[in-house]
Amino acid sequence: MNTLFTPYMVVLIVAAAVATYLTRVGGYVLVKRLKTMPPRLEAALNAVPAAVLTTLVAPAFFAGSIDIKIAMVAALLVGLRFSAIPMLIAGWVVVMVLRQILV
Amino acid sequence: MSRRDPAPRSEFAEGAFKAVPVIISAGPFAILFGAVAVANGQTVAEATLMSAVVYAGASQLVGIELFGQHVPLWIVVLSILAVNFRHILYSAALTPLIDHFTLPQKLLSFFLLTDPQFAETLARGETGHTVTYRWYLGFGAVIYFPWVVMSAIGGLLGKIIGDPAVWGIDVLLPIYFMGLVLGFRRRSNFLLIVVVSGVVSVLAQHLVGAPWHISIGAIAGVALAALLPPKTEATTGEQAP
Repeated sequence: MNTLFTPYMVVLIVAAAVATYLTRVGGYVLVKRLKTMPPRLEAALNAVPAAVLTTLVAPAFFAGSIDIKIAMVAALLVGLRFSAIPMLIAGWVVVMVLRQILV
Repeated sequence: MSRRDPAPRSEFAEGAFKAVPVIISAGPFAILFGAVAVANGQTVAEATLMSAVVYAGASQLVGIELFGQHVPLWIVVLSILAVNFRHILYSAALTPLIDHFTLPQKLLSFFLLTDPQFAETLARGETGHTVTYRWYLGFGAVIYFPWVVMSAIGGLLGKIIGDPAVWGIDVLLPIYFMGLVLGFRRRSNFLLIVVVSGVVSVLAQHLVGAPWHISIGAIAGVALAALLPPKTEATTGEQAP
C-alpha cells in the first residue's frame, strides 16, 4: 500500500464525521433551548429508541432472503426470554444450518 | 443504598463490564466495515480513520456502499446525516440523565453516543442509578477502542473474509438491533409504535428509497407517540426484563 490517504477520501471522512457529530449534539442543543418539557414531547422522546431501531430491523426482515427471515424469527423468540448474546447465537446457528440445507 | 453511591473506579469498571457483550456483538461489524471499505476502494488507514472519527457503524457502511457506487460526495454526506438523524433524538432524550456532566465531558460523551451507549445509559438511568461520567466513559471506551482496532483488522483481512453471507455475518446486525428494540418493550404504546415504524419504514424503502426510510419510519413512530393520548401509567421505574 503506497498511499495511506487520498485527499478526496479524507474530505469525505471529515465531512461524515462532522455531520455525525452534529446529529449527536443536536438534540442536546434543542432541549437546552426549551425551558420546560411538554408532555407530548416527552412521549415522543420516550418512543424514539423503539421507533428508530425498528426502522433498522423491519426493512432488513422484508428485504432478507427466507433464511434471514427464519433466523430473525428464531432470534425474536429467543430474545423474548433471553438477552442479546443468546439471540445472536440462535440467529447465527439457524442461518448457518439453513444455508447448509438450502444450498 | 451504597449500591447507588459506589466508588468512582468501580463505576468505570461497571460501565466497562456492561459493554463487553456489546463489543462482542458489534466487533464483527467493525471487521465487516473494514473489509467492505477496502473492497470499495478505501485504504486500510482510511477505513481506520473513518471508524475513529465517525464511529457510527451503520452510517459508515452506508457511506462506503455509496462511495463504492461513485455517488457524489454531498449525497454520501446527506445519506450519512439521514442514517444518523436518530442521534438528534438520542441526545435530546439523554440530556436529563447526563446534564450534570461538565461541558467538556458532555462534548466527549456526545461523540461516543452510539445505539448501545444510548440504550444502556437510558436503562441505567431508569433503574434508579445516577449515570456518572466514569460509568459512561467506561462503557464507551470498551466499545470505541476495539471498534477502531477491529476496523483496521477487517481492512487487512478483507480478502480472506470474502462474502460475509458465507460466514453468516449478514444476519447479526438486524438481530442485534432487534435485541435493542425488545429492551424497550415495557414502555407505553410499544407495540403500536413498533408496528407503525416498521410498516412505514418498509413502505418508505420501496417508495422513497434508502436511506430515507430510516428517518421517515422513525418520525412516523415518534409522531404517533406524540399524538396518542398521554397515559397515566408510569413509563419509568419498571423492572428490566
